[in-house]
Parts: sequence; structure tokens; C-alpha cells
Amino acid sequence: MSEHSSSYKPSNAFTRWMDERLPIIRLVYDSFGVFPTPRNLNYLWTFGGILTFCLLVQIVTGIVIAMHFVAHGDHAFASVEHLMRDVNWGDLIRYTHAVGASMFFFAAYVHIFRGLYYGSYKSPREILWILGVIILLMMIITAFMGYSLVWGQMSFWAVTVITNLFTAIPIVGESITQWIWGGYSVGDPTLNRLFSLHYLFPFIIAALVGLHIWALHVVGSNNPTGVEVKTKEDTLSFFPYFVIKDGFMVIMFALLFSWFVFYAPNYLGHSDNYIEANPLQTPPHIVPEWYFLPFYAILRAIPDKLFGVIAMVLAIVVLFVIPWLDTSKIKSVKYRPMFKPFFWLFVITCLALGYLGAKAPEGYYLLASRLFTAYYFIHFLVVMPVVGLIEKPKALPDSITESVTGKSSPEETAKEGAQS
Amino acid sequence: MSSDHNDEGRRDFLMVAAGSFAAVGAGASLWPLVDQMNPDASAKALASIEIDLTPIKEGQAVTVMWRGKPIFIRKRTADEIKSAESADNADMRDPQTDETRVQKPEWLVLIGICTHLGCIPRGQANGDVHGDFGGWFCPCHGSHYDTSGRIRKGPAPKNLEVPPYTFVSDTKIKIG
Repeated sequence: MSEHSSSYKPSNAFTRWMDERLPIIRLVYDSFGVFPTPRNLNYLWTFGGILTFCLLVQIVTGIVIAMHFVAHGDHAFASVEHLMRDVNWGDLIRYTHAVGASMFFFAAYVHIFRGLYYGSYKSPREILWILGVIILLMMIITAFMGYSLVWGQMSFWAVTVITNLFTAIPIVGESITQWIWGGYSVGDPTLNRLFSLHYLFPFIIAALVGLHIWALHVVGSNNPTGVEVKTKEDTLSFFPYFVIKDGFMVIMFALLFSWFVFYAPNYLGHSDNYIEANPLQTPPHIVPEWYFLPFYAILRAIPDKLFGVIAMVLAIVVLFVIPWLDTSKIKSVKYRPMFKPFFWLFVITCLALGYLGAKAPEGYYLLASRLFTAYYFIHFLVVMPVVGLIEKPKALPDSITESVTGKSSPEETAKEGAQS
Repeated sequence: MSSDHNDEGRRDFLMVAAGSFAAVGAGASLWPLVDQMNPDASAKALASIEIDLTPIKEGQAVTVMWRGKPIFIRKRTADEIKSAESADNADMRDPQTDETRVQKPEWLVLIGICTHLGCIPRGQANGDVHGDFGGWFCPCHGSHYDTSGRIRKGPAPKNLEVPPYTFVSDTKIKIG
């Protein structure tokens, strides 16, 4: 929708003067005011706005926490406790940041599965999708680094296990790992560099979000039918319709967020992280935060160290190429009867891997995590290309307007309007 | 006067030369920024420690720190030595004889870090589990090590590493 010409008209002398020098009001007006948005978007499309809210919450609370945090192996843990006990509102701010990470991933996963269900990764939205996957990768790295800064037992051993993944690289693995550590084991230098990067990455994410929105505004939003916008009747302006809709859902989301912050701030965390890091004792069960459990299950499902690491990395990297793995021209799974059960099987697979990631890797748990890991990859590498070729899709509506009003052409809709 | 053709050759040379110069310069200025992350002089200075073995009794194990890593020192019993040596020909992922892993059969010195993902295996303290092979067991992902610290079962790819050490006297070793 980059073609639509700007309809902005500066209303007074100042805005006219401004518009000739830096047309920033015009940019905001065109992008978030009159921007034509498919009229049939459902509530799953509000998660982009919710995610922007999450990023903002993390940056604001994070900057405040950095005012009290001491990035030193001997003081980090104590400074977090100091923040919790002594600093005015410190516990509220830290709990918001910690719960905020979970809420951020929850919203991101809903956003990704919405994209998978409605085929939002397909042409012409490949770049938009790839930018999203890069943001997901950056979020994973940032969340992991932030978790390490607490310097509790889970933090320390999470850093140890994850940095040791690099030792799986043949020949140079050991040197790379020591380079990351800044020593011969995880220690003070490691903590310091993780803090530095944890502060930097959210701003890179913010820039990537800017590109993501830019790409979105070039191709326009996908919608539940997957049929592209054809006429003006298919759209509504972003303001007020979608601003109100997104705003309503941000409030609903904030209620859930607040429930965790005020009533169950530690529910999503692990109690072992309230024990200070001890390099001589590994906790009996190392478990990552819930949002990493599916990937952790994949890592442990494979009995070989190097291939386990490769599989875990591929589980995310495969998302980059799904615009080309999915051979179906039909975007929305609503119109893909053969693919639909596979989609839900994939959702179950991800939930099951999340459950198994928290269990000890033995017996039936190990067997189950191997089966689900296999399906995770089969879904993308076999089901997506094959089903797209042999499936007979249901008939698509002619237009977005038809799917909403049941009338096929804009003229009919216009007639209807004239009669009433 | 040079022809146009000659001039083009000269320009190509200048382009390549300027480009290479810039690439070398960029690389040279990037290196300090990369290398500063490597272990620093103070980390390297903590290279060696000496340990007195006299207080350790047969069947006992102690853990000491070396370069931020736990070192397992175990005075093995005759049974443990026998079980380690008799397993020399067993099917192993990282085959090594017990003899190559010790300097004196009763003293086993190991870096106490699981070669899978760096957890500390259990088996040092009283009442710890020792795994299926009587040595150490890593709780993170279930690797079993035998009484010579060799990987026998589980995801770890290698035996527990033996640090560089020497006997300074009969009852004292220097690690590093």
C-alpha cells in the first residue's frame, strides 16, 4: 500500500512550515492515521500492538533496574536483592521486568502462530516474516542474557550450559567458548559483557521493529481470508478503528500481566534462582524459563552433543525458509482442509515439547521428546511442501468485503447502502 | 601520453590497492575490539596451584578450584582401580586405558566438568549418586562416568578431562 498517495493537509502555518522541512506529522498521519487496513481483521491481529507495548515496558523498567544493578560477580546477586527489598517500588519494577519477559514471549508466540495459521509469511510478505524471525532470535538472546544477570544458581548454570554449546563446534569450539567467557570458566568478565549486551540489544530490537512495521506498510496487513485487498471497500482507516481495537486488547493483556505481577510474580520463575551462583554445585535439575522449554527438549532429545545443538538452532532457522517450503498458493489454513489437521498437530507438538523440556530426559519422556522433535521438522520439511502440492483447497471468497457482507461485488454493497 | 586502455588498468590497480589498504586497516582496528574479550592477564596469572594429599584417605574425594574450575582428586580403593582397569577393553565412546589417565593408580585427578554442557557431575560428596559405573553421574542430562572418569553412558562426547599436573613430592601435586 506504498502506492497510496498522501492525503495529509497541514492545517495551520506551523504544520505547513514543518511539513516543508521535516514531514514527520505527515508520516505519522499516513502510517497510523488513514492507513488502509483490512476491515475483517480479528483479535489475533492485535498482538503486534501488544508486542510494541511489551518492548516499551521492558525498556522502561530495564533502564530503571540498571540504575540499581551492579554488574560484578561478587555483588550482582546482592544488588538484585537490594533492589527488591530496599529500593522504593524496587520489587514492583523488577517483577514487572521479569514477568514482562514471559508476557513478551507469550505475545510473540501467539503472533507467530497467527502468522503460521493465516499464511502471513507467503508472498509478498517474505521479508516481513524474515524480519520477524530475526526479532525472535534477538529476543531469545536478550532474554537469556537478562536472566543470567540475576546471578542466581539457575542463571549461572544456564550460562554455563548454553555457552558450552559452543564447545560442540569442532576444532575452534574451545577457543570460542573461552573468548565468550573471558576466562576459563563462567565468571565476572562473562557477567559484565552479558550486561553490556543486554542493555544494547533491546534498542537493536526496537530498530528491527521499525523495519518490520515499514515492511508491513509496504505490503499491507494480511487478513483472515488471505485474500489481498482489492478495493477501498475492503479496508478501514487505521485510526480510529484499529487504534481502538488494539488499545482494547492492550488493556486486556495488561490485566493478565498485572495478575501475574501482583498475585504470582514468581510463578513463572524457578526458586533455585534465589540461591546465589555457586560454581562448585550444579542444581539437581537445570530448567530454562518456560518460553525456552520446547527448544531445550529438542536439544536433549538428540543423543549426540553436536547434532543436538544443530537441531536446536535449526528449529528456529527453519522458520526463515518456510515462505519457500510452503508450496500452497492459499494463505489461510481456513481454506486448506488437508493442511488444517497438520497445523493443529504442530501446535500440539510445540506444547508437548514445552512440557517435555521440563521433565528429566529418560524413559518415556525421552521417547516422546524424540517423536515430537521428529514431527517438528517433518512438519516444515515434508508436510508443508507435499500437502501444498496435492491438496484441493476450498473456494476462496472473491474479496474481503464479500467475506464480511456476503455480497460479492462492491456495486451490490453500494446498492444495499443506498436502499437503507 | 597513455592510451585510455592503460588508464583503465591504472585505475583498476588504484581501486584494488585502496580497497585492500582499507580492508587491512579495518581488520587491524577491529582485532583489539575482538581480542579484548579473551581471558586477560589476571585470569592467566592464576595458572597453577599446589595441593597437599596427606589428609585424603583411601576412598575419599576432595574438590579444589583451579582456573575457576572444580578439580576432582580421588584416592581410589583397590576395588575401584580394579574395576577401572578391567573395563579398559569395554565398548567406550572415547576409548582410553586407565593407565593413560593416571600417574599413580591410587590418585585420580580430573577436571570436574561434564564434557557435555559443563555441569558438575555428582559423586564427590558422601551420599552422592555415582551413576551406573561407580564413578560420577551428571544430573543435567544424565551422563555416567566410571571410576576412571571415562564416559560410559549418556550424551557426553568425551571422558572427564585430566588436567596437567605433576607430583612435586610423594604427597604433593602441582596442577597447571
